Amino acid sequence: MSPSSRASLTYQRYELLRALRNTRFLLFSLAFPLILFLVIAGPNRHATLGGIPLPVYYMAGMVAWGAMTAVVAGGGRISMERAAGWHRQLRLTPLSTSTYLRAKVLGGYLMAVFTIVLLYAAGIALGVRLPADRWLAMTGLVLVGLVPFAALGIWIGHLLAPDTLGPAMGGITALFALLGGVWGPLASHGVMLQVVQALPSYWLVQAGHVAFTGTGWGTRGWLVISAWTVVFAALAARAYQRDTRKL
Amino acid sequence: MPTNLTNLPAGIRLTSLVKSYRAGQGLVHAVRGVDISIAPGETVALLGPNGAGKSTTIDMLLGLLPPDAGGVSLFGMSPRDAVKAGAVGGMLQVGSLLRDLSVRELVTMMAALYPDPLPVGEVLELTGTAGFAGQRTEKLSGGQAQRVRFAVALVSNPDLLVLDEPTAALDVEGRHAFWTTMRGFAARGKTVLFATHYLEEADSYADRIILMARGRVVADGSASEIKASVGTRTIRASLPGADLAELAALPGVAGVDRRADVVVLRCADSDAAIRALLGGYPQARDIEIAGAALEQAFLHLTGDDVLEESPR
Repeated sequence: MSPSSRASLTYQRYELLRALRNTRFLLFSLAFPLILFLVIAGPNRHATLGGIPLPVYYMAGMVAWGAMTAVVAGGGRISMERAAGWHRQLRLTPLSTSTYLRAKVLGGYLMAVFTIVLLYAAGIALGVRLPADRWLAMTGLVLVGLVPFAALGIWIGHLLAPDTLGPAMGGITALFALLGGVWGPLASHGVMLQVVQALPSYWLVQAGHVAFTGTGWGTRGWLVISAWTVVFAALAARAYQRDTRKL
Repeated sequence: MPTNLTNLPAGIRLTSLVKSYRAGQGLVHAVRGVDISIAPGETVALLGPNGAGKSTTIDMLLGLLPPDAGGVSLFGMSPRDAVKAGAVGGMLQVGSLLRDLSVRELVTMMAALYPDPLPVGEVLELTGTAGFAGQRTEKLSGGQAQRVRFAVALVSNPDLLVLDEPTAALDVEGRHAFWTTMRGFAARGKTVLFATHYLEEADSYADRIILMARGRVVADGSASEIKASVGTRTIRASLPGADLAELAALPGVAGVDRRADVVVLRCADSDAAIRALLGGYPQARDIEIAGAALEQAFLHLTGDDVLEESPR
């Protein structure tokens, strides 16, 4: 192993350790969606929504929302380091930008995976049964659907101060989740459907819904997710560049 | 390899550095043409009052801030390349440390980023942080956090160590320990540049002092050279109506100031000056001769020229 990859591995290991130790972060991304799922689906475990069992429907929705929150928060943590002046200290090290950002994204994804696994366990406890390939297809597509949100996290981590980060992050993810159909479809036809289908969160929710639809995104979904990834990544890159020029 | 860089003739070179920034409605000329050259192995103090441009100069030196004009060369490289090579370590005036890690974990994490770090255990001992190495960084006192910052800078084992106000949060004992460690590090042939507004620190711990004021270098040399450049003693006398230019021309006099009826002569040779003064100005009264401290040189050179109020 080359010295630089050993360096980035050690760095990433400690970054993940930090993510695990941050209890507020854990609470936000792990406990919240889980509690919401249990509160909604627990008493209604035998109910159905348009022929779909309610537990699997809300499990998919909470997976989308919880995982989205986790990866956005992963990038949002940059804000704390900037406020502490720590990003300046890091710029005096040979640490590359890509390693730095990758560690943040991986931290967010690790949390997202925890959220997903917890919600799957809760779903199974409430009677959700899926074939193995459905679990896999759903999980895989959700992880892909998170990519634009990871970039969004890095962007707002550079843009916002820590005191505005919490409310902003909560608001943005809740809005994306609501419009994306986490708590039920917002539109089934017309202009409104066109609008929500242009959102990345719509396709993230659709990725969760693979659990009971069995069908993936199609061209449109891939295009929308790619387009938002490009936009958020460009904004994140610009914010990073501006940050380098310092205050 | 970074460790061999100190063998290269090229040290630190700042050439005609200029930096302005917007503040409120005006433009602040933080650095107005700074030329500094530091040989490998030197320990240099960047001394000056607040607002002299020390931190801005350091930020440009480290590549954290691009200069408006001028250039920076560290061991023949751009700051960015020198940092990438692991040749530069810095202790900045940062607000707080990275949280959710113990002191030992933080230092280990940072050490991993460098090609040739010092052993973590050794650095914890040297910086006096071993006693609380298991503590989380967010639970430290200001002085402890400052020592950890030093540990982070030191563990990188850089060829150039840059310290911005390194003893700001330390008590007397902490300062002493800090400078002992810093000297030990410098003795390995490393280049050290530290910014301070404590004259005493610059005088005691630097081979050379670069004095900055209002964005410029106003003096550069050893502490004794700087003292000499502004005169080693002062003569004060009540001398109403005396012509300052004539007084300045007296033998042994380096400079003259007037406060009401009192004139103050800064002297390179106070013996010659007093003889000439008494010979030429028999009306002079209330004569005092005092030795100038580095502090007076400092105040004079930085333009906060308050010889009247300075002690001694």
